[in-house]
Parts: sequence; C-alpha cells; structure tokens
Amino acid sequence: MKVIEARGLRKAFGATIALDGVNLEVDEGRILGLIGPNGAGKSTALNAILGLTPYQGELRVLGRDPWSERDQLMRDVCFIADVAVLPRWMRVSQALDYVAGVHPRFDRAKAEGFLAKTDIRHASKVRELSKGMVTQLHLALVMAIDARLLVLDEPTLGLDLLYRKQFYDSLLNDYFDRSRTIVVTTHQVEDVQHVLTDLMFINRGRIVLACSMEEFESRYLELTVRPEHVAAARALKPIHEHQVLGRSILLFDHADRQQLAALGDVRTPGIADLFVAVLGNKVGQAQGVVQ
Amino acid sequence: MNTQSNAVPDSPLGAQGIAPAAMSVTRPMYWSVRRELWENRSIYIAPLAVAGFALVGFLIATIGRSLSTPDLAERRTILEEPYSFATALIMGAATIVALFYCLEALHGERRDRSILFWKSLPVSDLTTVLSKASIPFVILPGLAFVVTVATNLIMLLLSTAVLKGSGLSAAALWAQLWLFQMQLLYHLVTVHVLWYAPIYAWLLLVSGWARRAAFLWAGLPPLAIFIIEKLAFNTSHFAALLRYRFTGPEEFDFTEPGSSFALHPMMHLNLGKFLSTPGLWTGLLVAAIFLAAAVRLRRYQGPI
Repeated sequence: MKVIEARGLRKAFGATIALDGVNLEVDEGRILGLIGPNGAGKSTALNAILGLTPYQGELRVLGRDPWSERDQLMRDVCFIADVAVLPRWMRVSQALDYVAGVHPRFDRAKAEGFLAKTDIRHASKVRELSKGMVTQLHLALVMAIDARLLVLDEPTLGLDLLYRKQFYDSLLNDYFDRSRTIVVTTHQVEDVQHVLTDLMFINRGRIVLACSMEEFESRYLELTVRPEHVAAARALKPIHEHQVLGRSILLFDHADRQQLAALGDVRTPGIADLFVAVLGNKVGQAQGVVQ
Repeated sequence: MNTQSNAVPDSPLGAQGIAPAAMSVTRPMYWSVRRELWENRSIYIAPLAVAGFALVGFLIATIGRSLSTPDLAERRTILEEPYSFATALIMGAATIVALFYCLEALHGERRDRSILFWKSLPVSDLTTVLSKASIPFVILPGLAFVVTVATNLIMLLLSTAVLKGSGLSAAALWAQLWLFQMQLLYHLVTVHVLWYAPIYAWLLLVSGWARRAAFLWAGLPPLAIFIIEKLAFNTSHFAALLRYRFTGPEEFDFTEPGSSFALHPMMHLNLGKFLSTPGLWTGLLVAAIFLAAAVRLRRYQGPI
C-alpha cells in the first residue's frame, strides 16, 4: 500500500524552483526522514503532500489528490508544521473540545491520558505554556487521532534536548505501529537517526539520496584512519574526507568492512556525516544518486 | 525510486478496521462558530457591556429626571425617550464589533501561524469562511436583537413601576414597544444583514488577502477608484455608489416624525419596495462573489 506517490512533482515560486521533478513513493509502516539544507524544498514537498500548496506533476496521498481534497484527506492525515502553531488564545480544554468536535477519529480520552503525563493543565491558555509544553500538547492532540499518515515539519525546532528525546520516544512508544506512516523533516538529524526506517536527502528541489536505514547501515562506513594508513585508505576511494583533531576521517560507500578495519576504527557514520559528504562534496553526485 | 525495504511487509488494507468516519456537515460548522466566539469574546461582551451601560444610564438619568419633575405628562415623555437611543447604542456596538471582526477574521490566523493548525484538521475552507461570515451575518445581529429586547424590557419594567407609582398607565408604552421590536428585527435583517452584506464580505475578503494593514487595504482601493474616476472622467459614480450602499436607497428615505421609536430612516421601508430594489440583489451578488473569492484565497494562503 503506497501512502504517498509522487511523479514529476514540480513547484516554482517565480524564478526559484523549489521542487524540480521529484519522484517518491512511501509505503505504509515507514518512518521517512526528509533531510536537506534550508531552502532545499523540504517544506514545499510536505506542503504539497498536505494540500497546502498547488503543484505540477502527479501526486497521490492515500489515493487522494491533496490539493483538491484537503479536508477529506485530513481525516487520515495529521501534521505538525513547525512548533508553536497552536493558537495562543486557546485554552487546553478548548483545543480538546474543538478537535473532538471536528475530527471524527479523535480519541479524547487518549489525548487526556497523554496530557496527564505532562504538567499541562486544562485551564491553561496556550500562551501561558512553554514552547516545550506547546509541543507536548500538540503531540498529544495528534497522537490521539487515529490517522494513517503523520507529517512532521521541524516538530522539535527550538526545543531542548529533553523535550526532543521525549517527543520521539512517545512517538515511537505510544503512537507508531506498522499500519501508520510518518514523514519527518528536521535539522536535528542525530535525534532521528535511530527513529527512521528510511532516509531521503533533498537538495535544490531534487532527491539526491534515498535508502532504507538497513541499506544505509550496510552501505556506508566511516573509518577513523591511523596516520600510517592514510594513503592506503585514500586509495580505496572514500566519498568524503575530513579532519578531526588531526586525524583523518574517511567515509566509504560499498566498501569492505574487513579491509577497512585493518586501516583504523570502523563505524556506521551519522546521518549528518553522510549529509555533509553527499551535499557538501561534488563526489557525492556519483554516489547513490537517484534521478 | 522506492523507500521500501524488504524488512516490512505491507499491512493489509484497513488493518485498523477504520470504518469511513461519518460526520455530519453541521458539526464542523458548529464547532468553527464556537471557536470564533472563544477567540473573539468581544462579540458578546461589547453588546452586553453597552446594554449594561445603557441600563445604568437609564436608571440614573432617565428615572431620576422623570421622578424630579412634578408634571406627570412630562414624566411620561421623559420615560418614552431613551428606547431608541439605547437600541442605537447596542446596534452601533454590534456593528463596530462586526467591522473590526471581519477585518481580522482571516488575517489573524495567518499572522499567528495558527492557520497551519486549522488546516491540519478536516474542516474545509468553505466551512471556515462561512463560519467566520456567520458572525456579522447571523450571530451579531441575533445577539444584538436579543440584548436589545432584554434591555428594552428591563427599561420598560422600570418605567412601568415609575408610571404606576404616579398613577399613570404604561399600556401605551408596552403596545408601542412590541411594534418597535418587530421593526427592529425587520431593520436588522433588511439593513444590517442583507443591505450591508457586501460591506462585510468585502472586509472578510480583504482580511484574507492583505499581508499587513488590512485596515488600509479595506479603504485604499475604493479611494483609488474614486480618485482615478474623478481624474479620468471627472465623475463620481463610484462615490455615489458607496454612499448609496451606506445610506440605503434614497426613495426610502422617509422618516416618521411622530414616533419616539424611530431608529433609522430605513426602518419603515416597505418590504415590497425593498425586495424590488435592484441594489439589494446586486449587493447580495457582490457579497457572494467576495465570499467565494475569500474561500478560494484561503486555499492558497499560508502563514505570513
């Protein structure tokens, strides 16, 4: 079951091309991380998926056209776009009442259960809550909706480490199951590395890398090379090299683990390292490039 | 390309057993209107506050003044005076609230980015815009009517007590009042809802369109049209059109001096004449076009 299917998705703002023929398919039960630099087209892609912006090309979300059927689609799709979009004048109890009123799949008891684990009081107004608490409230509302696709656009921006960790923990423990699908964009990639099942890099409106996390872990290796083996390691054609504290760290695609282990310490790279390698490096174009 | 890996088999369709959720059309509408009332409490606070103010004024000034005059006839006249004034105050408050509400309705949600939250829920843009339009078209006139009737009733009860105490009958006052209430309702529906509809719809459209200073954008285009027309053709049909919209058709401008309850020249206008005024129907058509444009616009709008 394809949750999202896009073919040749294009979107331009004047002369700026935000999406340049994106093809993507997301299956049910996946947690996809859409990673890219600022202005890469992440939000535009999500907005198109959510029916917030018109687009060219083909796009189906749960079999619907998001632009023409947004209100219908929103029964099965939830999203948190950025932190702090909950109206500041609203009381927590009003937010519960309203969502329960308009959403056929909202389970109020579940939302109250989530809120009971926080310090959020029903009588509080959103403006009286801290940024972290607003996010908790929004997450409680969203997790109580029995949706098939959840889209998170920078859901933890500006939150401290504890709230961020809590956010993804509750998402995994209390919400996610194999019949739901989550698409998340974030700049805090280290937070989501162990949450994702799939990874996608987007740059200048194009998808430059797409793989599952299993593939990512088997394919990419990071070698902290011992100084005497630097030349030997470079001969194996790393896709990226950088220096940390005087030591060379090399990133390999499709390399032999045993062979590398002889040259230094081998480990799975962080998403951030691969991101820098693929996007900050011309060599990246040859690696795992889609399109 | 495909993000699927072999690790996860596709779940069968409808694994969660979600039946297509049935929800009536009216429910999102009902909650959207409630939402507006939560956010804009001035919608009911302002008319109530003005009513309270009018009652206090009535109690202190009118009752006090009437009791201080020994002349019974004059006492009756004094007591008959303030009804239309109190009514006009409440209606005026409701109108001002309606104007400001409309200018803010589709602007505020974009400014505070909450539109992203509203749009994440299964409520159509049509429902949202109609729920916002219902405030000036239904809620405020209805509220103004109820508050006015209640205020007038309290005033009437107080007057009756004073008149009875002076040995005078209040029957005439009561009879006049019921007529007055019916006229008021008629006035509200014909003038405030139907005749002024394009004005409210225009303000709603501007609030959905302007990125900032919605107040200016509401007034500048009409001013620009007026100036351009004046410079290009040395005519002022557009200004006449606007004046016509604000004051109502001139042929209906007949006041009945005798009534102490006269509120507005258009109050007594003939229903047949009113319904056969082309200006009414073109106005409603324009209002519908403005609202349709506001609905369409909201589809495209994100936070500003």
